[in-house]
Amino acid sequence: MSTARVVGTRARRIEDPRLLRGAGRFAPDIALPGLLHAAFVRSPHAHALIRSIDTAAARALAGVHAVLTAKELAQAGVRLRMPLGFPSTALPDNITPFVLAPSEVCFAGEAVAMVVADSRYIAEDAAAAVEIDYEALPAVSDLEGALAAGAPKVRKEAPSNVLTRFRVAYGDAAGAFAGAAHVFGERLEQHRGAAHPIEGRGAVARYDPGEDRLTVWSSTQMAHDLWMTLAQLLGMAEDRIRVAAPDVGGGFGAKFLVYPEEIAVAAASRLLTRPVKWIEDRMEHFLSAIQERDQIWDVEIAVDRNAHLLGIRGALIHDQGAYTPQGINCAYNASTSVSGPYVVPSYDLDVLVVQTNKVPTIPVRGAGYPQACFTMERLMDRVARALNLDRAEVRRRNLVPASKMPYEKPLRNRAGTPIVLDSGDYLGCQQKVLDAIGYSDFPVRQAAARTQHRHIGIGIAHGVKGTGRGPFESGTVRVSPSGRVSVYSGALAMGQGLHTALAQICADELGVRPQDIEVITGDTGYVSLGLGGFASRQLVTAGSSVHLAARKVREKALKVAAQQLEAAQADLELADGAVRIAGTNRAITLAAIARLLRGVPGYSLPAGVDPGLEASFQWQTDQMAYAHSFHACEVEVDAETGGVKILRYVAVQDSGKLVNPLIVEGQVHGGIAHGIGNALFERMRFDEAAQPLTTTFADYLLPTSTDVPTIEVLLHESPSPFNPLGAKGVGEGGTVPVAAAVISAIEDALGVHIHEAPISPARLVELLEANSAAGAIAPA
Amino acid sequence: MKRTVRVAVNGSRHERGVEPRLTLADFLRDELGLTGTHLGCEHGVCGACTVLVDGHSARACLMLAVQANGKEVRTVEGLAPSGELNVLQAAFWDKHGLQCGFCTPGVLMSLTELLAENQSPSEAEIRQALSGHLCRCTGYQNIVAAALEAAARMRK
Repeated sequence: MSTARVVGTRARRIEDPRLLRGAGRFAPDIALPGLLHAAFVRSPHAHALIRSIDTAAARALAGVHAVLTAKELAQAGVRLRMPLGFPSTALPDNITPFVLAPSEVCFAGEAVAMVVADSRYIAEDAAAAVEIDYEALPAVSDLEGALAAGAPKVRKEAPSNVLTRFRVAYGDAAGAFAGAAHVFGERLEQHRGAAHPIEGRGAVARYDPGEDRLTVWSSTQMAHDLWMTLAQLLGMAEDRIRVAAPDVGGGFGAKFLVYPEEIAVAAASRLLTRPVKWIEDRMEHFLSAIQERDQIWDVEIAVDRNAHLLGIRGALIHDQGAYTPQGINCAYNASTSVSGPYVVPSYDLDVLVVQTNKVPTIPVRGAGYPQACFTMERLMDRVARALNLDRAEVRRRNLVPASKMPYEKPLRNRAGTPIVLDSGDYLGCQQKVLDAIGYSDFPVRQAAARTQHRHIGIGIAHGVKGTGRGPFESGTVRVSPSGRVSVYSGALAMGQGLHTALAQICADELGVRPQDIEVITGDTGYVSLGLGGFASRQLVTAGSSVHLAARKVREKALKVAAQQLEAAQADLELADGAVRIAGTNRAITLAAIARLLRGVPGYSLPAGVDPGLEASFQWQTDQMAYAHSFHACEVEVDAETGGVKILRYVAVQDSGKLVNPLIVEGQVHGGIAHGIGNALFERMRFDEAAQPLTTTFADYLLPTSTDVPTIEVLLHESPSPFNPLGAKGVGEGGTVPVAAAVISAIEDALGVHIHEAPISPARLVELLEANSAAGAIAPA
Repeated sequence: MKRTVRVAVNGSRHERGVEPRLTLADFLRDELGLTGTHLGCEHGVCGACTVLVDGHSARACLMLAVQANGKEVRTVEGLAPSGELNVLQAAFWDKHGLQCGFCTPGVLMSLTELLAENQSPSEAEIRQALSGHLCRCTGYQNIVAAALEAAARMRK
């Protein structure tokens, strides 16, 4: 009898067998009769006016069905301007991208025209034959250039390159700095990278004129937003549209947006009354999928003579790119998460959100938190170095103690509610990792290595990530008359193991096995409400909803079973798909209960229950569950070449109560690998004209199997008091502190001071040479 | 202008007239409907499209279908013809060696080649064999663990 709980176990994922056989169904795998293929014509200029577009040669090619520009789409009744993802009265109008650029292009890669043809090969041939006459305009290629006097404007319509400016402040920062024993300043640059799921974006649209029905399959993190946006821009009723996410080959933020291409593909299908498919190639991903992380921080930290924090103040400049498709959430997250796990009595940050002629930015795994963490942890290292204190000791003195949890910060999250660190043992977790990596012995190892002319260093960093962002995610649990259990949610699976986790949660309530549960997510045909996958939110939000919905189904089943078996509810148990009187063979299957509740025409239902063995729950929250991680790593740096090798990496992850530790560890591994990319490899280069220079994986380096070390993951569980599962998210937590920890270790190995990430070997050598010219260190 | 391609894929013989520029990946996916071979970069770096051609790993995005004429191609669909996972696939399942599953088919093919040549690969050898693959989800760790586990099970 299977009454053993599966929540908390290392259950194998229910998603896997299909994927392992190559039987997954990703957007590129969708084949439909009469399918046409789309390719986009993209701007080669970072900024230009479109004088004219000549599509005649393209249209003349055999196999070409249409060449669409903004003009044709407008004639077909398509609204050309994308709606702002997170509507806000605080932002100006006319800041979002266009479905196809009508008159001005504002970043290299912006879509101007779309070719639809019998094959992708022909579509690309025709795209190359579209002739566009551009009048090049000066472009803004970096943040400081955008703010310089006389800088060109990123878009003609923009009143200024500054999108918005805001201040995040509390306490008496001026007083704190005036009275501080020590004040240290840092200027830190955080670099834009990209999400780069191995599956790029892609969408397939099928318009059926007979039914006036549009179906769109998209590799998206937000099916429901795409659904509503399609209705809005195409002028169709939502009921005539279904959006479904097929298997999604990773997201990491790149698919957390409704994109112009998705609208264009759907519009083309409706216009041509043929199914149309667009599958992004990697170069398009480099040119036009969102990016994140370009920020410049000019900050100061004030401490007393015992290195207790008194305040942080300064300025943050955030790169929004050429348009604002979603909002200023990255800048807001960054500005409100600097203090992380620490007690910071006063704070005053001036935030400038600045536009450049580059790909627009929205969250990439971490969403502003990695930059804020880098800033804070660099400041902590600076304090330690300047006061000749141990880095761990400086942190120890300033961490929020476990006894103060939940700890309310004088800051507000986007929902307007106070930021409350819900639970955690930051100091205990720090010690666990320091013990595991042998932190206290490290100086001995380092000195021994130096005698062998080896430069090794150790780095540490804390990260706190707000997870489980609300306001809600939907959950429905249904037992069909055949006894099949199904879970439905507006959440979106993109590789995290969401289906397994939701199935585990449901399984425990209903006494069935996870592998016997069907989980359906990201499909507006089944679920009317949903927000999707972002902000490490789905286990907390969808998990809580499914948990509570399954509990309602359980209670209903018990009530009916008690009547049918003439037993007291307290004597009943759910196991193996049935409700039985404990210790007996007397049972009624869930299928039989579902059949009773399905109803028979004219006959009464069991007393006191609603029809259907199913329930929905939309668990709501305006709090976040703050996951904590503390990382320590040992690196070896080749002082001749600047090459960095990570020798050891130990991480503790506190993601509250764990539903599946196997999945959690996997998320931490992946998150850390992403962070290693941000620390050492991933630089999206642009030239002075804002032309992207790194548009292949040969130029833009993702970490490979020989770059990422074996990661030692320790798990700590501080249940969140704010959700019924006690859970916290984990998708981004691994990424947040990595750049800070790795850079700290490199500094420790070489004695150079590093203000940026990622750091390349060439740049390290440059810093070493500058340092040795200044006589600071003698290479070993 | 079309050329005839005769190729054996997972043991089945196929003959098609194709354009010379058609890649092997598109041939497998679009002509034969074998969509388990995925395309992640189409410039030969990510390795998602890796298949075995006459037993050796090859990037199906960098090879033309016409170049496969007369050859034997093995794809992920050929690993478990009966539907039951083979030893390598089962080890991936047990060790959580995949997340989104998009890079997985190519990874499985490279490891199939490695394990055919080396029954006891070290972790370093496995990492070397995987260095032609990009995975954004797993950090490679559980892929390595799965490969070690599969090798151990195969030796039994």
